[in-house]
Amino acid sequence: MSTSAAAIPAPAPLWRRLIGFNLLTAVALGVGGYYLGWVLGHQVTGASYYYQADVDENDVALLLAYVLGVIGFLIGLGFLNYPVARALGRPPSLREKEGHGWTRYLGLCTDHKVVGIQYLLGIGFFLFIAALNAMLIRVELLNPTPTAFGPNQYLSLVGMHGTMMMGMMTSGILGPFANYFVPLMIGARRMAFPRIEALTFWLLMAAGFILTSTVFFGGFPTGWTGYEPLNDQAVMGMDSYIIFFALVGVSMALLGLNMIATIVTMRAPGLTWSRLPIFVWSVFATSVLMVLAAPTLIATLLMAALDRTISTSFFITGGGGSSYLFENLFWFFGHPEVYVLALPGFGIVLELLPVFTRKPLWGYRLAVAGMLGVTLLSFFVWQHHLFVSGINADLRPFYMLSTEIISIPTGFIFLCVMGTLWRGRATYTVPMLFCIAWTFNFLIGGLSGVFLSDTPSDTDTHGTFFVMAHFHYTIVGGLVFAFFAAIYYWVPKMTGLRFNERLAKVHFWTMFIFFNTTFMPLFVLGMKGMPRRVVSYATNLVPLNRWVSINAFLLGLSMLVFVTNAVYSLVLVRRRAEQNPWRSKSLEWQTATPVPVNNFEKVPVIDSDPYDYGAPVGAHGVEPLPAGG
Amino acid sequence: MTETNHFRRLMLLWLIASAIATPLVVVLLGPILPPGNGSVQASGHVTDNTVLLGMATPVFLLVVLYLIYAVLNFRQQSGAVLEGPAVRGDSRVQTAWIVITSIAVLSLAAYGTAELVGNGAGSGQGPNPASVPAGKKLQVQVIGQEWAFTYRYPSYGGVETPHLVLPVDTTVELHVTSLDVIHSFWAFQLGVKADANPGVDNVVFVKPTKQEAFSVRCAELCGIWHGYMFDTGHVVSAPAFKSWIAQQRSVFSPATHYLPPYSTTYNPEPTVRGS
Repeated sequence: MSTSAAAIPAPAPLWRRLIGFNLLTAVALGVGGYYLGWVLGHQVTGASYYYQADVDENDVALLLAYVLGVIGFLIGLGFLNYPVARALGRPPSLREKEGHGWTRYLGLCTDHKVVGIQYLLGIGFFLFIAALNAMLIRVELLNPTPTAFGPNQYLSLVGMHGTMMMGMMTSGILGPFANYFVPLMIGARRMAFPRIEALTFWLLMAAGFILTSTVFFGGFPTGWTGYEPLNDQAVMGMDSYIIFFALVGVSMALLGLNMIATIVTMRAPGLTWSRLPIFVWSVFATSVLMVLAAPTLIATLLMAALDRTISTSFFITGGGGSSYLFENLFWFFGHPEVYVLALPGFGIVLELLPVFTRKPLWGYRLAVAGMLGVTLLSFFVWQHHLFVSGINADLRPFYMLSTEIISIPTGFIFLCVMGTLWRGRATYTVPMLFCIAWTFNFLIGGLSGVFLSDTPSDTDTHGTFFVMAHFHYTIVGGLVFAFFAAIYYWVPKMTGLRFNERLAKVHFWTMFIFFNTTFMPLFVLGMKGMPRRVVSYATNLVPLNRWVSINAFLLGLSMLVFVTNAVYSLVLVRRRAEQNPWRSKSLEWQTATPVPVNNFEKVPVIDSDPYDYGAPVGAHGVEPLPAGG
Repeated sequence: MTETNHFRRLMLLWLIASAIATPLVVVLLGPILPPGNGSVQASGHVTDNTVLLGMATPVFLLVVLYLIYAVLNFRQQSGAVLEGPAVRGDSRVQTAWIVITSIAVLSLAAYGTAELVGNGAGSGQGPNPASVPAGKKLQVQVIGQEWAFTYRYPSYGGVETPHLVLPVDTTVELHVTSLDVIHSFWAFQLGVKADANPGVDNVVFVKPTKQEAFSVRCAELCGIWHGYMFDTGHVVSAPAFKSWIAQQRSVFSPATHYLPPYSTTYNPEPTVRGS
């Protein structure tokens, strides 16, 4: 046992762990804070508790209730204990609730491996809810007129699906996999700010429940973009959206900050920037985007909340504000945000390909340049969302150019994928299949994006199912496929258990096929004139919409295959995974399973990048290269 | 098998596939691409979409054929655990890729710009349009409100009509604005889309070339009845338009009397704020 491991405090008795600062106290204080805010809100505005219109329409009360509820929840989890202890003069400590029992998964824990698994389960839960919303949307679109839901419920479903996906999935890969594996990959014993790491997770969970609670307050009619002045008009359910996205913004900014600090300061000796695993590079680029973009979102939503509560007019044309201001601020955050979703996928695919092709990563520097290029350019394209809005019409050629230029660094990633596959000795395991599918999906996503970046073509497709198909190809086809590649690749390390291979292959093939049969026809629907977010559509589009709905349900069933596999393999059968089933040379696979609390007995010294695969050209078993090859 | 061999075979495969598929896509799909040739702007979009599709086809084929080829050829023989060649890059391939993609991307942007600046491509240009088609123009105002579009004809006494009728072969100058939230005026067959923002005059030009009905839809989420904010407009001959507008003037003359004077934007009374 090394000295650092001995520094972990002895476990408190179980009764002590159950009564203080865990999920139970958090929920109790959260509910208490909620009602305190509700009462305060009514006191401040002088509204009646009994008059129905006052109770139902008090935005101040609901916003205060949410904010105080979240603060209560965090205090209940114990986030104030350490600052208070320090203020009282107790000695500093780095660790809380590490290393003991399953209860550490249910509260504040500063072990990055625990937080990673918390994130995987928490995000998986909300991904499931948001996917169910998508199923309900497709149920409604089976018919061209409202049948299952009214227009208001339909728009709320659309809004919840979009907002939850775009909000929770910003941390879809960084939350579980970067938190768990970045310290392992860079030879660190923890993250730079372990408590902030735990805070980002619990903020995101609080945000998820707040967004779900919008159903009790009438939902919100704006979709995930929350455009003003519709935002200002909407009922109280809109406040759930505002608090949700603001909390997601805080969580994103802190997560990004923590990742940057960890990667910059905590790399093991010898791990120079040019030896950094490509996944860590992608996390770094994503984190830069998060730190720079998320504050814009928080500020925008603060202004929207003020417009709704104390009648400021930041976004109200009649009062000197502008609805354009919201659109610009939102997309100044929103476009970098879609790359927050895409970049980790680039990293996963490029990280996994060398392992399965038994070749070094082809074009390492080009891949890094591609990611950094996307990061930089993504801040200069946001007005392509406003091509037909009438603002800055003379700047459209610039935004057309900047948007199309972003496909050059994205093209680098494709070249690196193709170069790594070239003459490799690939084994088509499930993670590898997901990587190949990613390449195909993201290609279609990228090519359809060229149509949207072209202003004349965008005039037809803006705000239609074409756009919707495009970003589902980049986000589901890109992010979610990479997410599953990461699950099949890394969960054996995280749990020490292996997935059932046959069920995994069934999951892959059904998901890949039904994903494409669902979303490919949406391009056609969009081009034929189907707008987004409508509950009623033209009757000539009925057959194609029914086809899409049925395939969407089959895609949903394919997700159930995955859930079945997870429960069967990780809960029921529990077959042990090999120590390093993929024969990876990356640092995280060299640690023991389960990973000790301190990760490494001795901090490793790094003398190469993790892609030391392949035999020298001409060695036994490797085909000789022709001259000049 | 040598690398040159793989490379040549792949390139040959790709060239043949592209040479067959690209003309097929352009010839077969091009004519049926939306939004058709209902206006000068719409025909421009069809050309534009055809060019983009023609350029996307070889790129798509390159990556997809490569993936298929790689999956079939570059794989571990069953049971073997051989390593691949330890090649970490090739500066000639990388340079060529960067140069070719840059040229393709820049020429696409140049082409798009040329298409855009000619006649505005049917997209909203705001109060001070940058691309104004030459010649005489008929001014029509589109007013979005929850949840319908209405239209005012300032050169015909500012009459406000519930449906849109336009004369054929005339350049129309649409002034799109909103009375409440953001809407988007979308005349599908005419290739026109322009957001209706409160307090903003968003100008868009269109020259209809075919006498036909066209659908009008709101393309920006504007509240619960957004899905029902649609209508059918008509492009008619010049004499038919003259008689229609005269009839509208007489039918709606009592209403016109109470309308505010024609203006590019209307500031409604301060709205009921909050929820």
